[in-house]
Amino acid sequence: MKLEASAVEKWYLRGNGESNRFFAVTKTDLALEPGEVTVLTGRSGSGKTTLMNIMAGLLTPDGGRVMLDGQDLYAMKDDELSRLRNRLFGMIPQGADVLPELTVKENIILPQRIYRSRSRGSFSDDDERENEGLLSERCMSLLEQMEISHLCDARAKELSGGERRRMCIARALAGDPKFLFADEPTSDLDDDNTRIILSMLRETADSSCAVMIVSHDAEAGEYADTEWRMDGGTLKKR
Amino acid sequence: MDIRKLPFVNLLRRPGRTFSLLLLTAFLALSVFGGSVIVMSMKRGLNNLESRLGADIIVVPSSAQSKVSFKNMLLQGTTGAFYMSGENLTRTLEVEGVEKAAPQLFLSSLKADCCSIRIQIIGIDPETDFIIQPWIEESCQSRLGDMDVVAGCDVGVNASDTLKIYDEPCHVIGKLAATGTGLDSAVYCSMETMNKLLKAAEAKGITHEITSEDEGLVSAIYVKVKEGCDIGKVNSAIQGHTRKASAVRTKSMITDVSDSLSGVSRTVTWLIAVVWILSFVILLIVFFMIANERKKEFALLRLLGTSRAILGSVVRKEAAVCSLAGGLTGVALSALGLFPFTGLIEKSLGLPYLTPDVSTILLTALLTVAGTVLVGSMASFWSAARLSKVDPGRVLRGN
Repeated sequence: MKLEASAVEKWYLRGNGESNRFFAVTKTDLALEPGEVTVLTGRSGSGKTTLMNIMAGLLTPDGGRVMLDGQDLYAMKDDELSRLRNRLFGMIPQGADVLPELTVKENIILPQRIYRSRSRGSFSDDDERENEGLLSERCMSLLEQMEISHLCDARAKELSGGERRRMCIARALAGDPKFLFADEPTSDLDDDNTRIILSMLRETADSSCAVMIVSHDAEAGEYADTEWRMDGGTLKKR
Repeated sequence: MDIRKLPFVNLLRRPGRTFSLLLLTAFLALSVFGGSVIVMSMKRGLNNLESRLGADIIVVPSSAQSKVSFKNMLLQGTTGAFYMSGENLTRTLEVEGVEKAAPQLFLSSLKADCCSIRIQIIGIDPETDFIIQPWIEESCQSRLGDMDVVAGCDVGVNASDTLKIYDEPCHVIGKLAATGTGLDSAVYCSMETMNKLLKAAEAKGITHEITSEDEGLVSAIYVKVKEGCDIGKVNSAIQGHTRKASAVRTKSMITDVSDSLSGVSRTVTWLIAVVWILSFVILLIVFFMIANERKKEFALLRLLGTSRAILGSVVRKEAAVCSLAGGLTGVALSALGLFPFTGLIEKSLGLPYLTPDVSTILLTALLTVAGTVLVGSMASFWSAARLSKVDPGRVLRGN
């Protein structure tokens, strides 16, 4: 399974008129493959997150295509693309965004229950209980790895920045994604936790997941198979 | 935890926000349901009065004008202690164009042992009466006999009960349907029975403005004009032919009230419409503000793989549940504020006030709640639709 962007570009208007186009991403090609960690570095505002969002099916490009096994993500209907994102993609957003009213555990479990609720009639009661149990176990195991298992019943809005970040990582990993997008995953973490998280992302890639990391952290490069630098919306291999 | 439970969790865990929305929708439902019930009750009261009142003209002693206004007497069923000579009945009947004339004799309110409220006794002549008798026959299939009474709906007795007035046992042959006026707390009997009751009162030392010896007195004469005759002319003729009496047209008075009621009804209907529109706009603004405050939350749900349709249903469900709770609360509060105080409202309005039947009330409540849910859902739908069109990536980056 390969995710491939070809000639994608994204621009915004600054002020009025076509001449004021600001290109966040100029025509760019990028491929993400299972088992590989791709690290993207660059200055703030260089277009790293924009490119990641385009790759993750979250931001419609103004040109080019993003293909997943021959299927153009942005040609899909919203329902189809949403299901695909839910099933195959894991995302650690830059702002460590959480659903504030839910507990840590609920935040992690909810994405797995968007399309797999009982109303669809796909599970019997026994299956349902077994799935629930497995999901709960998986959730707790991830929280333990992130060293925040004691916060499983705390409301997400009560967490510190670092705790939120770790919760987001656990949430992204809970569904065993085929593609993991991590936007500044270590920005709120200390050195020890940075190493733990980067190792974990590496391990995730080793279990045939394609991992894309956007980071300011030079240490991230040590875990990368491919390292890119983004400069003024243009991608360059390092 | 799954996506179906999310709207309920959001509502329960943000009690402040939920309460504000609930309060707003409750106010909408309260004003709509309350306003509708009041207008319907007034219309029903007047319709009922109009259909019950077969008289075209009422003749009362001139002195009555200072004691009770005709309007109060007609609309509120307020009787009084005023009397005129029975000769006026004969004189009225002599006027050309008069088809029927029925006398009524009022006895001042008194407390009977049956009631905690004061009741009025109204004497009628079963032979000539065309005002009360048809309703008595309709409600109890019999005519008023000796020591028989018919009770208004607010008098605490049932048909076949015995009602003691001045220790005289009176047989209750039936109860009248509600009129929404003071007549609901009156009892009706024949003139002969009235005379016996007066005697019983005198034996107990209780005095009234009249005595059992005063024969032939009447308090009011209800007149039916022959078809085709000019009621105005007949009214003037009665006025001129009777002594120390005033004649007043009833239908014109009812028409006046009906017209003013239509005006009130139109105003209330407009007010309800304004409340709906205002509430819709306010809800729209509130949902817009809430959606703006929560746009990152919604973008995150999209990022996690929630489709536009599912996100829309989460937002709509939250709004619908909140509006439903608000609608039910509003209707309940309105009902609590209206139904126990029907008598007070009737008095303060000074108009016949008859609460609609249970099925109409339930239907009004249902429509109010459904309307509230619809307005809430529509307002939230717009916010949800607007948000879900934006790429989640842009929202999360704050663009």
